[in-house]
Amino acid sequence: MYDIIILGSGPAGLTAGIYAVRAGRKTLLIGGIRWGGQLMLTTLVENFPGFPNGIQGPELMMNMKKQAERLGVEFLNTEFTQGDFSSRPFKITADGRVYEAKAVIIATGADSIWLNIPGEIQLRGKGVSTCAVCDAFFFRGKDTVVVGGGDSAMEEALVLAKVAKSVTIVHRRDSFRASKAMQDRVLKEPKIKVLWNKEVTKYLGTSHVTGVILKDTKTGKEEELKTDGVFVAIGHKPNTDKFKGIELDAKGYVARKEVNGEDGLLKYRSATSVPGVFVGGDVHDYRYKQAITAAGFGCIAALDADKWMEENK
Amino acid sequence: MAEMTVTDKTFDAEVVKSTILVLVDFWAVWCGPCQMQNPILEEVGKVYDGKVKIAKLNVDENPQTASKYGIMSIPTLMLFKNGAVVKQMIGVQSKETLSDEFNKVITQ
Repeated sequence: MYDIIILGSGPAGLTAGIYAVRAGRKTLLIGGIRWGGQLMLTTLVENFPGFPNGIQGPELMMNMKKQAERLGVEFLNTEFTQGDFSSRPFKITADGRVYEAKAVIIATGADSIWLNIPGEIQLRGKGVSTCAVCDAFFFRGKDTVVVGGGDSAMEEALVLAKVAKSVTIVHRRDSFRASKAMQDRVLKEPKIKVLWNKEVTKYLGTSHVTGVILKDTKTGKEEELKTDGVFVAIGHKPNTDKFKGIELDAKGYVARKEVNGEDGLLKYRSATSVPGVFVGGDVHDYRYKQAITAAGFGCIAALDADKWMEENK
Repeated sequence: MAEMTVTDKTFDAEVVKSTILVLVDFWAVWCGPCQMQNPILEEVGKVYDGKVKIAKLNVDENPQTASKYGIMSIPTLMLFKNGAVVKQMIGVQSKETLSDEFNKVITQ
């Protein structure tokens, strides 16, 4: 029996782990096979405080993991298959075993969304990708397309611009929602071209990508664009499918149910619909989605879990 | 030893001519998901020691082999039996998925 089980190994989960063990709680972190989360797919992170020259995303996550391990968090690098929150202790199934805990912190994050259009499944790994950092190397001197308009699309485009012959950003609106700093870098890069008000409706190619069909979102007119690679960065969806009985909000994220104390003041900011289950990071946050806000909420979830256990012995 | 490094030069001898199954991990240092795959490969490598060879190929240092097999995304895992590719997996794979694939091919 553990005091706290943490589901997820991104900034939220690892920070929760650090705070949980420092509060003296026996803590198991079930990290999933893709431990480290979305930062493992990035390069230089310049907005995480404490690193004057920035830090590589994977290195930041490696450091957080080492820190959590050194302080005594137990790790399981496997996927949990089920979370049962219908009775206490809570039961989490992973690796064919059932792990029990008095409190659970959900920090399972969010995963990239694919376009879900014809050709995508067959051409994944054959020119269709969601990780420019991983795969840009294979597109040296080639023509590439990035789909999306947020910060991750900008990062994908900038990574590709270092090696590819050309990068065309295809965006379905007439402006980006990316941060100004990222937009400026993209628009200044001579290799990057932007096609506004266009969406990709089909991939072309059989053994590998040869092009895409673009549709104008205003006129509906379709055209073909030749390309060797398509990098999809249209957003993320929260990883909520494996736990039952936890209330989700209208957008499908884990709903936070803030609990007030008897004095009417906020008591548990990270509470969910099930007492004893807390949440942090991108699985509940559709608004801020930063490494630092995820880490901050991981901390809140661990402090809430600790206090809740103190009061519900 | 369950895990080994292969290169453009040793690929033929160690993978294509291997008498046992070989799982080739196409990876690179800059690839975060490849680092996620590592501990999983170590684990399955131990379980299948003597039955499946885990061969790591750095695509950056060995572009010929990566290009010959049409690698365009990493991590890519390819399972070789008697010199032929019997399974290709793209992205990080779990211990369960890998064990399942090994068992399928071993019992064939």
